[in-house]
Amino acid sequence: MLEIKDLHAGFEGTEIVKGISLTVNKGEIHAIMGPNGSGKSTLSKILAGHPSYEAMGGTVTFMGKDLLELSPDQRALEGIFLGFQYPVEVPGVNNAEFLRMAYNAKMARQGKEELDPLDFDDILDEKMKLVGMDPKYKDRSLNEGFSGGEKKKNEILQMAVLQPKLAILDETDSGLDIDALRVVANGVNKLVNQDNAIILITHYQRLLEYVKPHYVHVLSKGKIVKSGDKSLALDLEAQGYDWLTPIPK
Amino acid sequence: MKTNTVPKPSVSEVLENKDDYKYGFTTDIESDVFLKGLDENVIRAISQKKNEPPFMLEFRLKAYRKWLTMKEPAWPNVKYPPIDYQNISYYAAPKARKKLESLDEVDPEILKTFEKLGIPLEEQKRLSNVAVDAVFDSVSVATTHKKKLMEHGIIFCPISEAVQEYPELVEEYLGTVVPVGDNFFAALNSAVFTDGSFVYIPPDTVSPMELSTYFRINTEETGQFERTLIICAENSYVSYLEGCTAPRFDTNQLHAAVVELVTLDNAEIKYSTVQNWYAGDKETGKGGIYNFVTKRGKCLGKNSKISWTQVETGSAITWKYPSCILMGDNSSGEFYSVALTNGHMQADTGTKMIHIGRNTRYSIISKGISADYSSNSYRGLVKVNKSAANARNYTQCDSMLVGEKCSAHTFPYIESANSTARLEHEASTSKISEEQLFYLESRGISRENAITAVISGFCKEVFKQLPMEFAVEAQKLLTLKLEDSVG
Ligand SMILES: Nc1ncnc2c1ncn2[C@@H]1O[C@H](COP(=O)(O)OP(=O)(O)OP(=O)(O)O)[C@@H](O)[C@H]1O
Ligand SMILES: [Mg+2]
Repeated sequence: MLEIKDLHAGFEGTEIVKGISLTVNKGEIHAIMGPNGSGKSTLSKILAGHPSYEAMGGTVTFMGKDLLELSPDQRALEGIFLGFQYPVEVPGVNNAEFLRMAYNAKMARQGKEELDPLDFDDILDEKMKLVGMDPKYKDRSLNEGFSGGEKKKNEILQMAVLQPKLAILDETDSGLDIDALRVVANGVNKLVNQDNAIILITHYQRLLEYVKPHYVHVLSKGKIVKSGDKSLALDLEAQGYDWLTPIPK
Repeated sequence: MKTNTVPKPSVSEVLENKDDYKYGFTTDIESDVFLKGLDENVIRAISQKKNEPPFMLEFRLKAYRKWLTMKEPAWPNVKYPPIDYQNISYYAAPKARKKLESLDEVDPEILKTFEKLGIPLEEQKRLSNVAVDAVFDSVSVATTHKKKLMEHGIIFCPISEAVQEYPELVEEYLGTVVPVGDNFFAALNSAVFTDGSFVYIPPDTVSPMELSTYFRINTEETGQFERTLIICAENSYVSYLEGCTAPRFDTNQLHAAVVELVTLDNAEIKYSTVQNWYAGDKETGKGGIYNFVTKRGKCLGKNSKISWTQVETGSAITWKYPSCILMGDNSSGEFYSVALTNGHMQADTGTKMIHIGRNTRYSIISKGISADYSSNSYRGLVKVNKSAANARNYTQCDSMLVGEKCSAHTFPYIESANSTARLEHEASTSKISEEQLFYLESRGISRENAITAVISGFCKEVFKQLPMEFAVEAQKLLTLKLEDSVG
C-alpha cells in the first residue's frame, strides 16, 4: 500500500528526515516511536503534503501512485489521513459543516451523490456516538476553544467519518484521559480491517496495550534505527532510547 | 484643479453637442454623452434634460456653489493623483425614447449586459422575490415589479421619476440626511447626480420582497453620481440591496454616490451592499474606479433602526463610511462590514455614528482583509452628544493579512459628552494561516474551498446578515479575488 524508499526531507533546506525506508501493507498496524525532535511529525507531514516541507530525495508510492506528486487534498482523496499532533483552530468554520465538506469531497471523488446537511447529520450522529463525543460539538467552530483532549477526539471523529485507507495518527494518544484513550483505541480498532492500514506515532506503551501493532519502529535523528515487533515497545518503555542512538564518532 | 480646460458652452450648446463622444463604450449602444467639463450651464443642462421642477435646479446650483468653495479631503489614508474635474463628462445615458412604457423598449444590448451580470430583467426570467432597479451609467433603464409593489403603496422607482411624480416627498427629504455641503464629494453629487433609486414605504407596511438597485458603469470618461433616497414610514420595514460592477478600463472613473435613509417611528431599513467595481490591474494598479461615497441614515423616529451591511471587494480606491444619526429615543444602528483589498487597491472605510436620542444603541463589526500590495484602513467615529443618556456602543474590528506586502490600519475616534455612555472597542490583526488551509486540504477539501471556508469563517458575523443569495455571491467573490494572493 505505502512504500517509502530512502526518503530525505526537511524544511527550508535543512534535512530532518535522513533516509527512511518503510513498507506498509494492507491490514497492518505500524507504530513509530522515538525521542522528541527525531522527525516523526516531519515524516507524517511530508506524507500528507504540508507545503512548508520538501522532499529532497527518495520516493514514496501509495497504492501505485507517486504520492509526492499529489496535492494535499488529492492525497486525502486517495485515502491518506493525518491525525495531527497539534490540530489547528479554524474560527467561524462550523465543525459539522467542515466534516460534511470533507465527506462530500470524498463522495464526489468516488462519483457518489453528495449529502445534504440533513442526511449527513445521521451519519455524523452515529460516528459521534462511536467516538463518544457529545453532539454539542457539531455546532462549535472547528477546534476553536476545544481542550487538548477534545481536539484529539475530533481528529478521531474525522477519521471515522472519512474512513481512510491509511491513517497516520501523530500522538493522538497524548493528552487523553484514560477513558478517552480507550475510546480512541476503540475507534482505531474499528477502523482496521484487511483493506486499510494505520501508522501510530506515539511515545507511550499505554496505547499499544489497546491497539496491537504488528511492527514497531524507532526513529532517531531522522533515521529508523531499529524495527521489531510489539515487544520492542516494552523494551523502550523500560530502557529509554539511549541504547539505540548511534554513538557519535 | 477646477480650472476650466474647455471653453464654456451655453446650455443649448451642451445639449446639442451630445453626440461628440462616441468612444469608450463597452456595451455597444448609442449613448447621449455631454461634453467634458462642469459649470453652471452643465448643471442647468442636466436639470433640463431631466425635465426637473425648479426646486431641483436650485438644490443643484446651491450644491455646486458650495462645492466651488470646498477642498477634496486630504485625511483619508489613500493616495491618488489629482482628479481633473473638468476632464469628466457629467452625463451619459443610453439613447432612448422619451419615456419607456415597458421593458420591451429597453435596448436589448442593455438587457443582455444585465443578464450577463446575473440580473435578468425580462418578465419571464427575473427573480420573483427581488425587485430590481437597473441603473446604466447615469440613468435608470428598468425597474421590475413596480406594479406589484404599488399595490402595497410602496414606491420604488428611479429618483429622476420620483422628482416628477412625487416632488413633495423628494423635496421634503432630499438633502436632509446628507446636506448639500456635507463634504466635497457629496456636494459634487448633489450638483450633478443624474439617477439612482427612490423608495418610499408607507406606514404599517412590510415590503413583500427585497428591493435592489444594480449599478453598471459603462462609459469610460463619465463619472457616475447616483443618488438614492429611502424613506421608511411608521411601523414599516424594508430590506434593500445594492450591487455594482464596471468594465475594465486603463483610466480611472469617478464614482461619487450619495445614499440617504430615513426611518420614522418603529421603522427599520436594512441596507446591504456588495460592491465589486473594477479595481484596476492587479499587477500595475492601472485603471479602476475611485469610489467616494457618502452613505448616511437618520433614525428620526423612536425605536427605529438602520442596519448597514457592506461587502466591499472592488474599486481602486474606496472612501466610504456608512453612518447613522440616532435621533429618536431607543433607536439603534448596526454596521457590518467586510472590506477586501488586493492588488494595489486602497480602502479607507468604516462608519460614523452620532448618538443624540436617549437609550440609543449602535454595534459595529468590521472585518478587513488585505492581500498583495493593498492598504486597508478602518476609520470609525463614535460621537455621543450630551442629550444621549445611556448610549451604548460596541465596536469589533478585525483585520486579516494575506501575504507580506499589504497593510492594515485602524483609526478609532471616540467623542463622548455624556458620562452615562457605555462604549466598548475591540480590535485584532491576524494572518491567514497556511496551517489552517493545510488542515482543511488534508481532509480532501480543495484549496479553493479551503480558502473560502477560512475567509467565510473570518467574515461569518457579517455574511450572516446578508440575504442568502447575496451571501453565497459574496463568498464566491472573495474566494475568486484571493485565490492568486494566497498562492
Ligand atoms: N517548521 C519548522 N521550523 C523549524 N524547525 C522545524 C520545523 N519543523 C520541524 N523542525 C525541526 O525538525 C526536528 C524534528 O521535528 P519533528 O516535529 O518532526 O519531531 P518529532 O519527532 O515529531 O518530535 P516530538 O516527539 O516532540 O513530537 C525538530 O528539531 C524541529 O525543531
Ligand atoms: Mg511530533
